[in-house]
Amino acid sequence: METASSENKSVEFMKTLPGDDVRQIMWRYSDRYDLQMVVQSARSVARGVVARLVADGARNTHDWTDSKSKLLDGFDQVGLTQLFMDPEDGGFIAGPKNLALALVAFELSWVDGGAATCSLASNLALSPIHEKGTPEQRHTYMSRCVPPLPGEERTIWRGAFALTEPLPYVGVDTGILSGKMRVVEWEEGKEPILHVEKRGRFITNMGFADFVTAAVDSDDDRIKGSAMVILEKDDPGTFDRGATTLKLVHQLSSTSDPILSLRVPASRIIGGYTVKDGVIIPNFSHGDVIESVFRRTRVPVAIMTSAKLMSAIEPVIRYQRTRFRGGSASTPGTPRYEQGLQQKDDAVQRLVDIWATAEAGTSFGFAAVRLLDEFDPVEREKDRILAERGISGGRAQMKLFKELEKGALEYLSLQQLPEGERDAARFQELAGDTLVQFLITDSLANIYCPATKLWNTGYGATMMREAVSLMGGYGITEDCPGFLCQKWSDAQLEATYEGPEAVQRRQISITMTNELFLAQFRIWITELRQLAAQRAGTGATILANAMELWLWTLGYLQKSRDADGKALYHPQRHGAVFPFVDSLCWLLASREQILDLLELAAKGPDNPVVAEGLEGFTNFFSDLCHLQAARAAGEVVRICSELVYGYQFVMESSDEETFRSLRNRVESSFAGSRLAKDRAAMAVSKVMIPEALDYP
Amino acid sequence: MNGGFHIVVCGSIVPDPLQTLAPVDGPTGPALKNEMMLPSVLDPWAGHSLYEAANLAKNIPGSKVWLVSLGPKAKLQQLMMSIAQKVTFELVVLDGPAGGFTDSFEVAAALAGAIDKIPGLDRSRLLLFGGCASASRDAGVTMQMVGEQLGITEQFLGVDELKVQDNGSFRILERIEGGQYQVSECSGAPAVLGWATGNLPEPPNNPQIGMMNMRTVMPALQKAVPAPVGVGGVSYLGVELPSQRRETRIVKDMSADDIAAEIVAWIKG
Repeated sequence: METASSENKSVEFMKTLPGDDVRQIMWRYSDRYDLQMVVQSARSVARGVVARLVADGARNTHDWTDSKSKLLDGFDQVGLTQLFMDPEDGGFIAGPKNLALALVAFELSWVDGGAATCSLASNLALSPIHEKGTPEQRHTYMSRCVPPLPGEERTIWRGAFALTEPLPYVGVDTGILSGKMRVVEWEEGKEPILHVEKRGRFITNMGFADFVTAAVDSDDDRIKGSAMVILEKDDPGTFDRGATTLKLVHQLSSTSDPILSLRVPASRIIGGYTVKDGVIIPNFSHGDVIESVFRRTRVPVAIMTSAKLMSAIEPVIRYQRTRFRGGSASTPGTPRYEQGLQQKDDAVQRLVDIWATAEAGTSFGFAAVRLLDEFDPVEREKDRILAERGISGGRAQMKLFKELEKGALEYLSLQQLPEGERDAARFQELAGDTLVQFLITDSLANIYCPATKLWNTGYGATMMREAVSLMGGYGITEDCPGFLCQKWSDAQLEATYEGPEAVQRRQISITMTNELFLAQFRIWITELRQLAAQRAGTGATILANAMELWLWTLGYLQKSRDADGKALYHPQRHGAVFPFVDSLCWLLASREQILDLLELAAKGPDNPVVAEGLEGFTNFFSDLCHLQAARAAGEVVRICSELVYGYQFVMESSDEETFRSLRNRVESSFAGSRLAKDRAAMAVSKVMIPEALDYP
Repeated sequence: MNGGFHIVVCGSIVPDPLQTLAPVDGPTGPALKNEMMLPSVLDPWAGHSLYEAANLAKNIPGSKVWLVSLGPKAKLQQLMMSIAQKVTFELVVLDGPAGGFTDSFEVAAALAGAIDKIPGLDRSRLLLFGGCASASRDAGVTMQMVGEQLGITEQFLGVDELKVQDNGSFRILERIEGGQYQVSECSGAPAVLGWATGNLPEPPNNPQIGMMNMRTVMPALQKAVPAPVGVGGVSYLGVELPSQRRETRIVKDMSADDIAAEIVAWIKG
């Protein structure tokens, strides 16, 4: 059990709000100057153009206006538009850019989520081309979307991504499309000409897009399956931008329901096609494309909601402290004047909950994008190897991966052994096997991406409401500092777009039983116990105990039936499986939060700026980790108890005994977690904040 | 102008003015509370001089800009992530305090020494730029002393405009009292110009410029020379925040014209 001191007197408190130096270490980009510059650029636009637009009421219309279009100029000017591109296409960062894009999303949504969506949507349009396009397609569209250089006579192109359709199809089930394509002209030896019909719904950037990457299905025996197709505004036919969506949130992004009916050459099929027996076979179905696209683009959305929570801290502290200033009832020097509402326990304790959620969410989201940055080259290499071996099609891949899974599990097991005790040659062999490494990373990405999207946006929206409530009546006004009410309502869209919560839960419910993921999950439990032995007060023990309870409950649910004899763990049994998915997300977010704390504690002393206040920061973040671990474990205990007991009238005694023992272990490890919260609240009441917010 | 100018800009960091700046007693004298941990910005007047320098260099072929900064190098590094994206320059770093509790003469000597050692600097083409004052101290004397120590006697302060004329001479607008400008003619380099706000907006960040500057910025930070200014020689009798003055008079039913008239009278003194 961890011990925690109740002595607050000797604790070093955090002196200032954590700045860039601290975050660069925690989120692992202190050695990436390119990313640090991107952050500064995004911040200059966010707290400049974007903040001014929101303050001037630009959100009060659904339409895409001239003033809103200044956003695009702002993005172009400071390099955000070409951030997505590789250097050969006019970009300035080589290699994977998931972390870079996530940092931009963080900075923009610090002020306004819609502005972040506007920035991300252009990348989303290009993503299908980037991920699966032919080299010609990639070069053509990437270079068109780069802002012109000085003296270059060219208009920049902007794109929109069209998947969602009017009811009843896409958005409910992305496997079914009403958008169609058929061959209208196919002269011998020439490129076939297709007619593409697509009606979109909630399509972002549609108000100004020059091209659309649209998901469509075949409506012709001469085309096999589905594909994504590039449609340009000047293609023959109808390129109707459609009615503006009357959304109440994210008004700084342009959204409408386009009607597209266009003739395009078959070379616009993303990723190209082959012709076999007179049939056009797209190299990638729309499902193949969106799988690789969404895996990446969902995570920045998750980070957006957490950024907004984080952005609420400073305005709330300022509001609380200055609440009574200016009136006749308090004079300078009195606690009422100096501390305002922060004299009251409730005000700071609730703020600490918001802060802890924000930390866990950002840690989780940034861990996911770092994972994707690692994953990108491995995935490409995997594609190359499979192509080289002539393995195509889902079934053949599955068969191969099943064979390789044993090696991947062996690698994980060897990794846990001390260097002297493991078979070094075998370990090296498995470490160098791209396919083995792909399987391991893939098993994590399949959990992390949907899980961070689900938890950060869903629970983040709930906590954003808390932030609004802490501002009193001011919170629901348009001129609330930090635009908190707008951020709260925007969070609801973030929980919905790029796959609503049910889609994420469904995916996790399938991927979380992957033995490779579970093997890593078991390793994490061991690591957390080791960590708890070395460093008290992080909540690592609570988390390890809760993870054990979760793991046992998974096994129990998989083997058990309810009182009516129906299996408990079944993908369609959402009442049982989905809450269980939620409980996993709590655990993962909490673990990543602890890992970021460790990183700061390890690397902070090397940075003279951070070193000066390091103890205060690590104390505070440790307390936040501790209380968040307790909060997460509480959720896990609640959900597991409901699932284990709730479907039975009488439970087998041996199972019940085990479950109770594990649950008791979790609960008794809560010792000291509320003291941690008290300390964190005390730190919040003492921390120095700027005199004013740095945006309108 | 044959060969262009060699423009050296003296400019460093100051604590972000939005922060709460409270003086405290440090081990070596007065300091700002939590100074190291507070975010910093480029000293505003020095910033204007840097943007003017870059603009001048862009318009006069063969010119080059150096930025000489005296400040804590870790904080300068953070600042460079933004400033280095705005204009092209070569950085020279002196690692020392920048909180304002330093003696201008010491600072000037350190800056002059660093400028003197810049390889390839042509003193006959030298334009020494900086802010007319610093937001951290506002003594307004450092640039003159740097100039003196480098032997540059043509000095202009509170500059808002520098025009290079066809014959290579300068026409300079300096701020003087009463909202007026003093117009001066100068035959050419070398000269010291302590800038006020100039006429240029802050350039937007440009990552291409940033990536290019980083090739020299990071090595410059790594080989920063220690500049032990502010560690002795000056004693402070007292340090305090300026007191806030708020005089509120509540008057009801006063017409807009009367309010305006009273404000005008107050402005006129």
